[in-house]
This record gives sequence, C-alpha cells and structure tokens, in this order.
Amino acid sequence: MGRVRVRLTFPETLVPRPLIYELGHRFQVVTNIRRAHVEEHVGWVVLELDGEEDEIEHGLVWTRSLGVRVDPVTADVVEG
Amino acid sequence: MLRVGGVRTRSLHVLPRKGYRLAYVTALKCRECEREYPVEPLNVCEFCFGPLEVAYDYEAIRKVISREQISKGPQTMWRYALLLPVDGENAVDLHGGFTPLLKANNLGKLLGLDNLYIKNDSVNPSFSFKDRVVSVAITKALEFGFDTVACASTGNLAGSVAAHAAKAGMKALIFIPADLERGKVVGAGVYGPTLVSVHGSYDDVNRLCSELADNYHWAFVNINLRPYYAEGSKTLGYEVAEQLGWRAPDHAVVPLASGALFTKIWKGLHELQDLGLIPTVKTRMHATQPAGCAPIVDAFLNGSRIIRPVRPNTIAKSLAIGNPADGIYALRALVQSQGAACNVPEDEIAEGVKLLAETEGIFTETAGGVVISGLKRLVQAGAIKRDELTVAFITGNGLKTQEAVEGMVHPITIEPTMKSFQAAMEDRQLL
Ligand SMILES: Cc1ncc(COP(=O)(O)O)c(C=O)c1O
Ligand SMILES: [Zn+2]
Repeated sequence: MGRVRVRLTFPETLVPRPLIYELGHRFQVVTNIRRAHVEEHVGWVVLELDGEEDEIEHGLVWTRSLGVRVDPVTADVVEG
Repeated sequence: MLRVGGVRTRSLHVLPRKGYRLAYVTALKCRECEREYPVEPLNVCEFCFGPLEVAYDYEAIRKVISREQISKGPQTMWRYALLLPVDGENAVDLHGGFTPLLKANNLGKLLGLDNLYIKNDSVNPSFSFKDRVVSVAITKALEFGFDTVACASTGNLAGSVAAHAAKAGMKALIFIPADLERGKVVGAGVYGPTLVSVHGSYDDVNRLCSELADNYHWAFVNINLRPYYAEGSKTLGYEVAEQLGWRAPDHAVVPLASGALFTKIWKGLHELQDLGLIPTVKTRMHATQPAGCAPIVDAFLNGSRIIRPVRPNTIAKSLAIGNPADGIYALRALVQSQGAACNVPEDEIAEGVKLLAETEGIFTETAGGVVISGLKRLVQAGAIKRDELTVAFITGNGLKTQEAVEGMVHPITIEPTMKSFQAAMEDRQLL
C-alpha cells in the first residue's frame, strides 16, 4: 500500500466531469480531496490517493490521458 | 518505486543540533490553514498541503531593530539578520546583497521617467539575486545538520548553490535540464558540485527531483528548505527601502518565475512598515514575464484567481517555470498593491538587454531584458507616471546568457594598419 499526493489541473472541457469519482471507481484507490479551487474555465484539486502503488500509477496515467495535468504537490522545484 | 510524480507523505525529520536556538523565529505556519509546525526541514502542511512560511516574533524584533542598528551592520544582506530565519552569526556568506541602487537618468529620459532607479543585483557573488536565498538556505542546512545540499535549477540557482556549498564545505548535487546555456553550466560546474544534466523537459526534472527529495536525506534548498530559502529575497525589499533613504518606492518592476521573489519583496517592504522603520507602503508591484512563459501575468490579465500551468517556450530560461509554486501568492500581492502586469513578447527580450546596456552600462541576462522591455510597455500603457519613484529589479548577469544578444554584436575586423582602420571606419561613416 502506498499514499501519493498530487495536484490535478483541469482544462475547461473537463471541469464539469466527475473525474475523481470515476478515478475511484475504475481503480482500486481511495481518493481524498485536500484542497481545491474551481472556476468556470479551469480548476485544480490537491488529491491524496491511497492504494497499491500499481493501481495508483495506472489511475494517474488514465487521468493524464484525459488531458488533466498531474503535478507533485510541491509544484515546481526547478528554479532560475 | 512509484514513478507517477507523487509525493509520499513520509516527512523527513532531522534533529536540530544541540544548543541550537533561534531568537526570533517562532514556528513554521501554513499559509492556507495557519496550522503551526516546528522549525524543521518541512515545506508543505500535512493537513491541507498548503505551503509553509516562517513566523517571527515581531514584538521581540521591534525592541532590538532600528535604522541605526541596521546601518551599523555589514555591507551585505546580513545587516538584516534579525529578520532572517537563521543565526546570522554563523552565516555562510560570500558577501551577497547590498548591491548598488543606481539612478538611471539615461534610460529614464528615453522612457519618459524622471525618477527611475535600477537595483543591480546582477553583481552578486555568483551573479544573480539567488545568492540571497541560497545564503539563507545553506546556513539553515548547516544548522539542521545536513552534510549535502541539492537543487534543481535552470542555472542561476545552480551556480549559487554550488558556490555557497563550496564555501560551507558541503557536498552539492545539482540537477539541470540538458539544454541549458553554456555560461550557466560552466558557472555552476566550476565550483565542483556533482552536476547532473537531465535529458527531458523542466517538468521531467521537477518530477525527478521531488521523488529524490523524498528518498534522500539532502537539504533540497527549494523543496524541504523552501520556507527558509524564500525569506532571503525579502532583503531586496529592505535594501531598496534603505537605499532610498528609508522609504518604499512608488513602483517596483519585477521578473517572475516561481513568484517567490515578487511576493517576498512585497513582504519585506511591509515588514519594515510594520516595524515602524519606513512610512506607509504604497508601492505598486508590477509583474513581468516572458510571453513564452507567463502563467502568473496571464492569470492576472484574464482576471482569474487560478494559475493555469503552461509549457514554457522562452529564451528567458531563468523565468521558465510553467507551474509556479508561489504563483497564487504573487497574484494576490499584485492585486493588493494595485500593480499591473506585462507579458513581454519574445523578440523584445534581447532588445531590453541591449537597451539597458547601452543606456546605463549594465549587462543583464534575459530576465533583466524582460524587466526593461516590460517597464517600457508599462510606461506606455500609463501604469507608471513620469515623476513617480520607480525601481526596476535587475536580478541576473548578462555574461551567463550571451547567446541571447550575440547576434546584436558586430565587431569591425581590420588589418593592423592605419589604412585598413580608416577605410573600415569610412565605409561605416564612423569617422
Ligand atoms: C535572474 C532571475 N530573475 C528572477 C527569477 C525569478 O524568481 P522567482 O522564481 O522567485 O520568481 C529567477 C529565478 O527563478 C532568476 O534566475
Ligand atoms: Zn494547512
């Protein structure tokens, strides 16, 4: 079992879709929303995922394939 | 091992050295939910994942700080040690900070500004403002008992971390994207760190480093030491206020990547105000980013409170952060201060570098080109008026990004004879 924290950024087309619900149903992961901000055209969610590492990984690959940006919660660590 | 770029929740605990004590730092505090944490190498709130910031006992600081006390201090950023989250006595100090604030009459005249100043931070020990944040971070890393420091960088941070680690006698691991400018690779490698050039985008370096930060007990200056590190940039705000005769400017024009510098200049000015060292701050904070990577400026211009991450495509590589960690806080300072924002077209960046060099004798890197061309546009747009006191922050040195202006420099080649010289000059109507 593992736990991973990610930040998802949704493009406009995906804002209305219940994506986190779907993620929890398609994969054996428990999702827990820790922070979020959603506007009409864009939104982000900080999500905690519990589950087998493989399941989490597959779930996030699926999430990315839909056009959602997946980042570590530390955001950028590359600096000028 | 998990390769999805997630961050595990296990946090790193390193016990402070025995006898170690900080006079004026009370805790780390979550910027979102205000939960407090002990002074440790931590950067994210365990509860809400908000970023942590250093909290101070300002009442205690107020009793000991004064203009006189500061002006008797060293001619470096460490004259403001009371407002930094480390023990200033043992600072890892290459003499960073207290850089010149120059009245820019030539450039001012050209742009239509009577009170323009350049804060020339390109003359720091490793040639960028990063020496301010790194001097604090490496000092803190030693206090925490780390023997290895690390960072992921597009160049300026790399050079600064490598230099300060050399001075501190610490091991350094530095991760850079493979396509970095030559001057920045050499300018970091020369100090003898382990320099790791990563094939991949900035995003890839990012992901790799947050995974590394979680698996190795290193002081990652801009990850687990970020709350301390970022405080170093406040000194730019302090210095400008002190150099202006203890007052804040009417306008500050700043380059943004992560947004930390912008946020901390603002914070620094307000701390001085709240401590009674300068009159009320009315500074308008203006944000400049290159058009090829302007997530913060674009959010502001679109009236959004969300920073939409972008894939950077800019010659200003030091500003190429597509998903800025402090973007939202920079955006707040921008709005609160009633500032303006400008995304500078890519073809105006080198022009800005050239303009500053030709008018003021200061050779800045591409980030400075963004500031100067951004300033020009802000004046044209009426955001800055002729008589208002304006400071443009020049944060990096041009020798590191020579590629950007190479094509604008054309030496006249001649034979070593008077005849050849005169012919060449007459050809170009220079005599
Ligand atoms: C020269 C230069 N100026 C400005 C910045 C922006 O700083 P920040 O990331 O704190 O916004 C950077 C690096 O990130 C830089 O290297
Ligand atoms: Zn919190």
